[in-house]
Amino acid sequence: MARIIVVTSGKGGVGKTTTSAAIAMGLAKKGHKTAVIDFDVGLRNLDLIMGCERRVVYDFVNVINGEATLNQALIKDKRCNQLFILPASQTRDKDALTKEGVGKVLEELSKTFKYIVCDSPAGIERGANLAMYFADDAFVVTNPEVSSVRDSDRMLGILASKSKRAESGDEPIKEYLLLSRYDPKRVKLGAMLSVEDVQEILSLHLLGVIPESESVLNASNSGTPIILDEDSDAGQAYSDVVARYLGEEVEHRFIEEAKKGLFGRLFRN
Amino acid sequence: MSLLNYFKTSKPKTAALAKERLQILIAHEKSMQNQPSYLPELQKDLLAVIQKYIEVDQDAVSVVFDSDDDQETLELNIILPEHQHT
Ligand SMILES: Nc1ncnc2c1ncn2[C@@H]1O[C@H](COP(=O)(O)OP(=O)(O)OP(=O)(O)O)[C@@H](O)[C@H]1O
Ligand SMILES: [Mg+2]
Repeated sequence: MARIIVVTSGKGGVGKTTTSAAIAMGLAKKGHKTAVIDFDVGLRNLDLIMGCERRVVYDFVNVINGEATLNQALIKDKRCNQLFILPASQTRDKDALTKEGVGKVLEELSKTFKYIVCDSPAGIERGANLAMYFADDAFVVTNPEVSSVRDSDRMLGILASKSKRAESGDEPIKEYLLLSRYDPKRVKLGAMLSVEDVQEILSLHLLGVIPESESVLNASNSGTPIILDEDSDAGQAYSDVVARYLGEEVEHRFIEEAKKGLFGRLFRN
Repeated sequence: MSLLNYFKTSKPKTAALAKERLQILIAHEKSMQNQPSYLPELQKDLLAVIQKYIEVDQDAVSVVFDSDDDQETLELNIILPEHQHT
């Protein structure tokens, strides 16, 4: 049986796709067979972030409609043989995803995969609802910023009431906070909400803090999940997140401003 | 600009790579919009026929439709696996 993880936020552009690509790669690199699914119908982007955009032949909706088998649609990652990508459809048909269809695909994937990572679209419409409906765990990606925190809170309400687990009275979805685009310098200046602030408001288990990092743009430019950039702070932060999720005890990093040596200071301007 | 900035900017430029990837992708998506509707089915059928004889990947067959003022063409590309002796 697979564990289904939804990466969600409510608000757009907070780092869901970046996170989905990173943690899927991280889990796969740890030897767990992992599938990552793009639920953003009409605005496919996970393929670009994963660097497999030229290998897309069939998509999620093709599989749901029986136009392709799951094996035909899954793209095997070239860097890690435990990782598979299921791209979103570019159709403009908003009703292309159905609960039954998504359920069937997840059930079939569950037979052979250990983890299924669902990259949710923004908003609280059909795509976002279906991405979280079947989840066992939710990674709530939040930026330290008022509207993102509020939308995350709204999403938590939806996870607790509209999911399959909620409807069937099972144990609720496990919710984790992933605080992303964190800038300790601005927190220190009092210009940005701190980890403690956000945790106090959302009262969620903190899985990790991902620093605001230039390397994320470089990674997406080249189609490499940021977790593979082991020299970058954001990449390391995602590695920690994966380790913590898998039960390892890893101390939190990137919450305080890094103390730069002389060399580091020279390189900042 | 300090001397150190010079080293900082001499890193590989990922922006150029991003531009190239986007140009290829978007050109491809545009061409998909103008292509005849039978093309995906044709590609699927061709792949099935080829797979009867050769073990090829499912992305080994590509059918590209092109049109200019005086003619329309279909370009068929099949990538064979390495060392296929049967
Ligand atoms: N830690 C980070 N540091 C700097 N930039 C980041 C970080 N995380 C994400 N970004 C940038 O933020 C933007 C949005 O990221 P991403 O596409 O992952 O968000 P999203 O939540 O999936 O968006 P959408 O809601 O549109 O699906 C991208 O430009 C990405 O490069
Ligand atoms: Mg996204």
